[in-house]
Amino acid sequence: MILSKSIEEIRSDFPILSSKVYGKPLVYLDNGATTQKPIQVISVMEELYRTANANVHRGVHYLSDMVSDRYEAARETVRKYINAPKKEEIIFTAGTTTSINAVAFSFGEKFVHEGDEIVISGMEHHANIIPWQMLCERKGAKLKVIPFSDEGVLDMEAFKRLLTGQTRIVAVTHVSNVLGTVNPVKKIVTEAHRQGIPVLVDGAQAIQHGTIDVTDIGCDFYVFSGHKVYGPNGIGVLYGREELLNEMPPYQGGGDMVANVTFEKTTYQELPFKFEAGTTNFSGAIGMAVALDYLTALGRDAVAAREQMLLVKALEGLTAIDDVRIFGTAAHKVSVVSFLIGETHPYDAGMILDKMGIAVRTGTHCAQPLMNRYGIDGNIRASMAFYNTGEEIDALVTGIRKAIAMLA
Amino acid sequence: MTINEIQEQIIEEFQAFSDWMERYEYLIDMGKDLPLFDESHRKPDYLIEGCQSKVWLYPSFADGIVTFTADSDALITRGIVALLARVFSGRTPDEILNANIYFIDRIGLKENLSPTRSNGLLAMMKQMRLYALAYKTKSEMS
Repeated sequence: MILSKSIEEIRSDFPILSSKVYGKPLVYLDNGATTQKPIQVISVMEELYRTANANVHRGVHYLSDMVSDRYEAARETVRKYINAPKKEEIIFTAGTTTSINAVAFSFGEKFVHEGDEIVISGMEHHANIIPWQMLCERKGAKLKVIPFSDEGVLDMEAFKRLLTGQTRIVAVTHVSNVLGTVNPVKKIVTEAHRQGIPVLVDGAQAIQHGTIDVTDIGCDFYVFSGHKVYGPNGIGVLYGREELLNEMPPYQGGGDMVANVTFEKTTYQELPFKFEAGTTNFSGAIGMAVALDYLTALGRDAVAAREQMLLVKALEGLTAIDDVRIFGTAAHKVSVVSFLIGETHPYDAGMILDKMGIAVRTGTHCAQPLMNRYGIDGNIRASMAFYNTGEEIDALVTGIRKAIAMLA
Repeated sequence: MTINEIQEQIIEEFQAFSDWMERYEYLIDMGKDLPLFDESHRKPDYLIEGCQSKVWLYPSFADGIVTFTADSDALITRGIVALLARVFSGRTPDEILNANIYFIDRIGLKENLSPTRSNGLLAMMKQMRLYALAYKTKSEMS
């Protein structure tokens, strides 16, 4: 498991990493919010607008054909990357949030009725809570929540008890954006499927950390965003099992998703186009595919291994500070460390780190119920990517110590 | 001193600092010096909710003068809150309503007032003006 490039070569692929903020070298540790883009992605976006811009699936002309082919090739790249059975099962969306809303609306329209139940976990991002709450309100259904331990591990026994004859879908995050916990999604799917209940897995915080195999997981839906996996923003993926997607109604109507339109009745296109109304973000899709290829070439397992090394270093450095409290200590976690230090307000620490050129996130990280679970208003989150270095972790730890001294 | 004289005074104080670290340290100290906030006022009615830090603002009005006491759970925010109170507290409603606040920009804290920072400071200035307007209306009616 060795990266195919040296860390220096990798860092030079990401132009923003050599920039300065407030005259200090940027230490970017907010990869959970968004990842930086390699020059390969930036270049293909520019090249597309320079040489290949035309609308997809519409023109009879050369440019449209060319870009349509590249868009469909991007779909195949995504399929291979997550090992989905069929290309038609890959729907391009605007991102994870859109993907979850699409399923909540479309699946919900077809399969969820009054008195039904939807199961999510207590460590979800707001994007995997609110769409289901909205569905419950529309349909008179109930939201059930899987609890988790102080360490940040889902209570699987409680989960099994939550599955009833009324449960219509389970929607759970693969990796917690705050705790970093990697949830046992394969086991969750096995349990749910035993009772014929489909499962949506939110992969927004998992897709960038190594190998994702939706066939192995066995989930019915898997969703993620391009911008969290070194691709452009405004593009995302909804993988869904063909059988289910075929039964679900479109969630948006518009151009390119129809077979035949009259004022009396419209018939829809086949998958995946049924779910891609309007002009899609084809440049984003092509850019995202380049990002996925970049990771594949680098070695996905090697990426994950390097991130684990950074995680261990960050945990060692931070736990050596007096009065530190780490949120999320599951055995199986990605390179995300959320913490508080004594009475120090996360916002104060974040402001001071910012001025040292260190980018972390502070606040609730769009997971207020999780914060309530721990009885806190927010915390500080450092999220590492493979392009981060040990020196950057040292800078974070030194910065935190300095902030504590200033705020004491 | 007029509101603008106070603003000039604050700008001058901050000119003495060569880097952000000193500015933040000054703000932190100022936050620590903020008069003790009456615990009975630390309730939702007086809370200006920002995304990241909480700000409490308590107004009172006597003899035509508006007084503000304020607090925050974050130290740097409390320092900025102290600055705002220094500018706006002890003023007539008209002075508050007609004030043109420019010192924030000039002391290099502009990013703290951007709405995207959602730390409640823009909301706090707005709330101070709303209180001033309410007191003005009330005193004109009586």
